[in-house]
Amino acid sequence: MDEQRETGFFDSVEEVTARLAEVGYLASTAVATTVFLADRLGKPLLVEGPAGVGKTELAKAVAAVAGARLVRLQCYEGVDESRALYEWNHAKQLLRITAGREEGWEQARTDIFSEEFLLPRPLLTAIRGSEPTVLLIDETDKADVEVEGLLLEVLSDFQVTVPELGTITAERRPFVLLTSNASRELSEALRRRCLFLHLDFPDPELEVRIVRSRVPGLDQVLAESVVKVVGALRAMELRKAPSVAETIDWARTLLALGADTLDDAVVRRSLGVILKHQEDLRRAAEKLTLA
Amino acid sequence: MSAAQRQALPERLTAFVQALRANALRVGPAETVDAAQVLAVLGLADRERLREGLAAALLRAHGQRAVFDATFDLYFPSRVGEPEATRQSADPTVEELREQLAAALAAGDSAAMAQLAAGAVGALGAFGQAPGAGGWSAHQTLDRLRPQILLARVLAALREGRGEARPSELTERIEPDEIRRRIEAFRALVATEARRRSAELRGTEEIARRAVAPSVDQIDFLFAGREQLAELRRAVRPLSRKLATRLAARRRRAARGQLDVRRTVRRSLGTGGVPLRPAYRRRHPQRPELVLLCDVSSSVAGFSDFTMLLVQALREEFSRVRVFAFVNRVDEVTDLLGPGAGDPGTLARRILAEATVLGYHPYSDYGSALGEFQQRYRDVVGPRSSVLILGDARNNNRDPNLPALRQLARQARRVHWLNPEQPSYWSTGDSAALAYAGVVPMHPCRNARQLGELITRLLPL
Repeated sequence: MDEQRETGFFDSVEEVTARLAEVGYLASTAVATTVFLADRLGKPLLVEGPAGVGKTELAKAVAAVAGARLVRLQCYEGVDESRALYEWNHAKQLLRITAGREEGWEQARTDIFSEEFLLPRPLLTAIRGSEPTVLLIDETDKADVEVEGLLLEVLSDFQVTVPELGTITAERRPFVLLTSNASRELSEALRRRCLFLHLDFPDPELEVRIVRSRVPGLDQVLAESVVKVVGALRAMELRKAPSVAETIDWARTLLALGADTLDDAVVRRSLGVILKHQEDLRRAAEKLTLA
Repeated sequence: MSAAQRQALPERLTAFVQALRANALRVGPAETVDAAQVLAVLGLADRERLREGLAAALLRAHGQRAVFDATFDLYFPSRVGEPEATRQSADPTVEELREQLAAALAAGDSAAMAQLAAGAVGALGAFGQAPGAGGWSAHQTLDRLRPQILLARVLAALREGRGEARPSELTERIEPDEIRRRIEAFRALVATEARRRSAELRGTEEIARRAVAPSVDQIDFLFAGREQLAELRRAVRPLSRKLATRLAARRRRAARGQLDVRRTVRRSLGTGGVPLRPAYRRRHPQRPELVLLCDVSSSVAGFSDFTMLLVQALREEFSRVRVFAFVNRVDEVTDLLGPGAGDPGTLARRILAEATVLGYHPYSDYGSALGEFQQRYRDVVGPRSSVLILGDARNNNRDPNLPALRQLARQARRVHWLNPEQPSYWSTGDSAALAYAGVVPMHPCRNARQLGELITRLLPL
């Protein structure tokens, strides 16, 4: 059973860590372990956590190291079956009917509901292919509850039912990664089908390594200070805590400003890079007691 | 891991799952099967990986993680008995331990901190005499060790170690906070170690049942400590967003309207009886009004903190929310809660300082507060307003003034009372809860989970 279930991208947790690092994704123990398990057990991985900790990046990185194509379903309020699964190409069907005026109804009917007129959307695309695939279902919490029902069939059996064609089962399981910002509670049923990973801000040491790998010109001491200040900001109760991406942006900005230490003036000038609300800026300045 | 222990793995896993369930985590058989597969794939060689793997299989929300970690430490202990390092050295004195801890804190060396936590519990945490009769106490360990006094020492060590190469003034300013966080982490390590060793003495199951703290959304508002409050606050914030999406969905559904048969038939006369243009019964959009009456006395401090947070969230969702605070006098605090009002802790203090909520004594008096509300703010509540009263209804044996509440219930569209005490206490002592519950529906609301469920159920569209 296991032979067909696993996606077979990785052989060990160490390998996950090493290969993700090759494409610039520094994974924590939690990330490496869950990615390995999702791969080995053939279960979808649900990644939750605050915005900007690298949930989407993780899917991209896995696709990159596995040499797999990345199929992405971006969820939003109102995304439906025809956006997520498949759609019939009505225009083409009409053309086909007009072109074959002479033929009988029976023949036309079997014809216009064939694969040729099917427009596969992300979920069907991910299931139909025979090449290695990473399916990213992004911001699952934004989609309506009905879409979750749709996902249930896809994620438990990796199959899709098209009434006119029958059931299409995956020849090769895609590696599935769902992300959520927890703005809506996902259903119990959906959660039960997934492995769960809460991705939080990386610990300081890891974040320093991430920053330095992305901003090579930055020296160790400054990188450490940057991460320290960002850590202090995250500990404050701000409307939007700075993400890893913003830490990197800030590091780049500091480099561009030619700053070699973090003094009050530099921080005050560049704090806007990481804090996006006036209120947050005010509070941060107050708490960090910037003169 | 010895051969005997390895053999007992399936049993240990099921016992572990049982313990999680005993702590109110919902773990089904399917999750247990997943966990067993994880165990098979990962093996026991790397404990942290096993922890993450089992968490991935068994957990469904991040709020459950603290309970999981504490229970995991009991069922998959890092070691058995006394740790190697401390067994060799003679009993370290408190001062020696502090010295080592200060160094570990300064370096941020988590491995050393874990080892010191183990050593400290061994040296300072034992109580009782005969093995079996006593136990290991985290509280006692921390009481003797007092890691919090190390802050200054650690900072000085950091400064000294750095010598000339000072990173910047700013980094030095935020350092104390960081060291404080490290000290907190150390306290948690001590708690884990004490639990582990107590479990060895008295059996894992009992300790797992009694000593593991409940998950965040189940912490009782009235008994939450300072740190728990901070944690709860973080748990409540996504709640307000959840609330917003749920209310939006409900409004969308409600806006669709039903087919109006009479008007459809009438319209169809124009098209020879074919109902080309169906008419819908449209609901007139009503602007929901929300009035909150909050007890802000110190006996419900934890609860009113959350009320304030929630109120801030509601303000964004409802066009008209008016908030009144009271202890024994009532005053409007709507303006104090405006955007940028600050965090709930300081907010509660500001309300006490800036609004007139106290009369001649500092005790809650629901009766006079309700009476005053009726007198001063009679016009606030109309047939379209929903009123939420938040408080424990502990009236200090004064007149509950039921007529005032009856009057309020008649005026408003509906009135609900959220009480942070459990129903079995409602009839005890100076509580007037049952009297009030006879007039308006009263709901127990003891933790963030109940609060979230109630709010979405009770709020008008």
